[in-house]
Amino acid sequence: MFGKLTLEAFPFHVPIVMGTLSVVAILGLALVIALTKYQKWGYLWREWITSVDHKRLGVMYIILAMVMLLRGFADAIMMRTQLAAATNGAAGYLPPEHYDQIFTAHGVIMIIFMAMPFMIGLMNIVVPLQIGARDVAFPFLNNLSFWLAVSGALLVNISLAVGEFAKTGWVAYPPLSELTFSPDSGVDYYIWALQISGIGTTLTGVNFLVTVLKMRTRGMKLMQMPIFTWTCTWANILIVASFPILTGALAMLTLDRYLDFHFFTNDLGGNAMMYINLFWAWGHPEVYILVLPAFGIFSEIISTFSGKRLFGYTSMVFASGAISVLGFIVWLHHFFTMGSSADVNAFFGVTTMIIAVPTGVKLFNWLFTMYKGRVQFKPPVLWTLGFMVTFTIGGMTGVLLSVPGADYVLHNSLFLIAHFHNTIIGGAVFGYLAGFSYWFPKAMGYKLDEKWGKRAFWFWQIGFYVAFMPLYVLGFLGMNRRVNHTDNPDWNMWLYIACAGAFIIALGVLSQLIQLYVSYRDREKNRDVTGDPWNGHTLEWSTMSPPQFYNFAQEPVVKDIDAFTDMKENGTAYQRPEKYAPIHMPRNTGAGFIMGMLLTACGFGMVWHIWWLVIVTFLATIVTYIKRCYDNDIDYYVQPDEIEKIENEHIAAVQSTLKA
Amino acid sequence: MSQHDQAHQDHGIKPYVIGFVLAVILTVIPFWLVMSGSMDKVTTLWTIVIFAVVQIAVHLKYFLHLSLTTEEGKMNTFTFLFSALIIVLVVGLSVWILYASNAMMMG
Amino acid sequence: MSTSVMNHDAHEHEHHDSGSTTLFGFWMYLMTDCILFASVFATYAVLFMNTAGGPAGHDIFELDYVLIETFALLFSSITYGFAMIGANRGNKQVTLLWLAVTFVLGAVFIGMEINEFAHLIHEGFGPQRSAFLTAFFSLVGMHGLHVTAGLIWMVALMLEVKNRGLSPRTVTRVGCLSLFWHFLDVVWICVFTVVYLMGTVQ
Repeated sequence: MFGKLTLEAFPFHVPIVMGTLSVVAILGLALVIALTKYQKWGYLWREWITSVDHKRLGVMYIILAMVMLLRGFADAIMMRTQLAAATNGAAGYLPPEHYDQIFTAHGVIMIIFMAMPFMIGLMNIVVPLQIGARDVAFPFLNNLSFWLAVSGALLVNISLAVGEFAKTGWVAYPPLSELTFSPDSGVDYYIWALQISGIGTTLTGVNFLVTVLKMRTRGMKLMQMPIFTWTCTWANILIVASFPILTGALAMLTLDRYLDFHFFTNDLGGNAMMYINLFWAWGHPEVYILVLPAFGIFSEIISTFSGKRLFGYTSMVFASGAISVLGFIVWLHHFFTMGSSADVNAFFGVTTMIIAVPTGVKLFNWLFTMYKGRVQFKPPVLWTLGFMVTFTIGGMTGVLLSVPGADYVLHNSLFLIAHFHNTIIGGAVFGYLAGFSYWFPKAMGYKLDEKWGKRAFWFWQIGFYVAFMPLYVLGFLGMNRRVNHTDNPDWNMWLYIACAGAFIIALGVLSQLIQLYVSYRDREKNRDVTGDPWNGHTLEWSTMSPPQFYNFAQEPVVKDIDAFTDMKENGTAYQRPEKYAPIHMPRNTGAGFIMGMLLTACGFGMVWHIWWLVIVTFLATIVTYIKRCYDNDIDYYVQPDEIEKIENEHIAAVQSTLKA
Repeated sequence: MSQHDQAHQDHGIKPYVIGFVLAVILTVIPFWLVMSGSMDKVTTLWTIVIFAVVQIAVHLKYFLHLSLTTEEGKMNTFTFLFSALIIVLVVGLSVWILYASNAMMMG
Repeated sequence: MSTSVMNHDAHEHEHHDSGSTTLFGFWMYLMTDCILFASVFATYAVLFMNTAGGPAGHDIFELDYVLIETFALLFSSITYGFAMIGANRGNKQVTLLWLAVTFVLGAVFIGMEINEFAHLIHEGFGPQRSAFLTAFFSLVGMHGLHVTAGLIWMVALMLEVKNRGLSPRTVTRVGCLSLFWHFLDVVWICVFTVVYLMGTVQ
């Protein structure tokens, strides 16, 4: 009846897990009570869960990312405190089998369920607005993608309460991840969480590519798309080209584990190296998927807050393109030490070094954009400047690692850990946080508190250096990654410093939570009345904040890269058309949510070998999808009088602000 | 707008028939080559690869209607060409990497 | 920009999920599927020599059988073409007839493949036997699963055409399945060349 699932799968004897679970349960209960008390269930269902509006989905993606950030960050704090406690041969407070799950979960959550949803959330909110579209090409699919991401995140977190998570590291290399060496449920949770959310990501990639190629507003040529849209487009091209490889690799590992196939096993001719190869053929493009949109965010911000046009728009677009294509021929640098031939290592080492060139082009473009501009040091700009310094250091240590000979020494040491946190935090996370404070007024209608924003930045920035610079040193001193306890007096001091750094970052995270609270409390004072709080360059700032649900009453006509600046200069901004036409809009649907939840149950059934649950939920998913396809009532028209009312309000607000 | 969407161009029966006839020829010859074993190994391998590539092109042109003349055809064609590039890179480099590492293990 | 082009653009943008956008989106999805197949092909290329004392390709492949399978699929391509033409011309009966013929040919293909697999497993050459057989069953089976999904879709589509007639939305769907079906044919060319023919050449 319940497959492999028994009462023993519940971790009653692990106090840390039980404590966490009770906190989660209490918070969940409080949320349920609050929703019931204020009768918000219907609102939540109608306006959010079933929404096909890209702006709402974007907000939900970012909420998911923030919750997962807290979870992943809790893992990080636990690892750093464990390593600070377990020196001189002490055992610390986390036994190895628990510690191994924590570093695996930390990696998976931060990459797949924090960074990806954050990036996709910002893309959802901004890209359709920047190209003057009313929605994405396939609104229902967009909703489905979101719920598939949630489904994966749910599975990872269910593993905390039922069974365990993988103890293999976030890459799950075989043969360790094969059934012989990982017989419990951990790797299965890993497989299904990544598989389900990965399919959602692929659909998102297709959706947004079709959106930018087919739904740009009148007059907007490809080479007039805002730079953030361009970098997202490159990221989507990488998603579409690389995520299927992950799907394939995971499917093969699944067959090995469930049906005794021999793709990656030690016996009967399997080759574990092929998994590693395929994993990184996805994994390397994946890091560019994360960082390219961040580059776009920095470009938008530096141009807006310098009051200048972005320097070298065309070179920026082509540099991103070069990074994308080169990103597909460097993946072997993740496993130089696997022992392929010198020719192979040399080829991948050289291509890796070459990729630093287009990245350097971008850095100079940002510097030249600031040159002779009036730079306003608001939080988004602080994040950008912090990025430029931090990412450059991370990039240079990357070039160091790209020398195969050096890599043989540094591979799997904490030097590597320091390097990729240096690029991912300093590049992607700083970028998303910059974008978060930049577009927050657009999405929510009020600005974030600046004082707490600056505090958050400085805690993060200083905490980052205190936490990760010691890891470079530890790498040189020979400390490996994924170590549970140490016994080397030379390392102790650096481990204590790194732990202190993690707590400084914690203060940064706390400042961000306070910032959200303070901004919400003072929302009337910080309200963005005009929809254009920063004197923006691009079309998203020409709408209300938050934007009208149909985005644009009539499609804007674009003649320039900085389309909105151009309109403001020529006096064509905020113009009322003679007559409003009805607007065609998609209806909300619960199908995406239902399918997401069914697939969560299906994944759970697969993990525990509860075959009836797998069959029932899988068939139900297909039936739900086919039913949705047969549904004819999927759209409606917004009538001109409603549009006119909304638009008049906006224009009146803008005019009264301009007069004052 | 007419009864059907402008996206569906009526290609008529002709391309399908041409494509089918070519596909039959391009299938039968490599099968016959291998089954009869009338050529040496290397020549046979190269010949069947070339036949496969040509047949893929035939299918793309006559059945999937890729073209460089219409706007839609162009978009589909470029999408395909980019995917083909990625496939060549991923498959080619993977095979190179793994064969090289196998060779190192033997040595 | 001339007014007529602007009007055309405005019209295009009015419709979510309009026909050409859907077809392009579906084509792009197929490209992701293509890359999925490519990663399995790469794995096959790496593993096909690892027979672990079991049979190699030339021991188990029967080319005349594969040739018949190939022809079932090739014929189904042209018959789907006829269904597509019927749908474009708004002829419901013709569309249904050729869809049914295509379905039968697809079912013949799948039936033959299942038979081949059952035969091999019966002889003790199942996918658990060696890395080569693992890769062989997975690659050919993955194509087979796609064809099966196409057959299920075809049934759903025939019901839709029968009950609702050939609305623009339905014709778009016939077009999507057309892309899917012909795409699977292209994948099959790679399968019979790389797996069966190259595996047989000594």
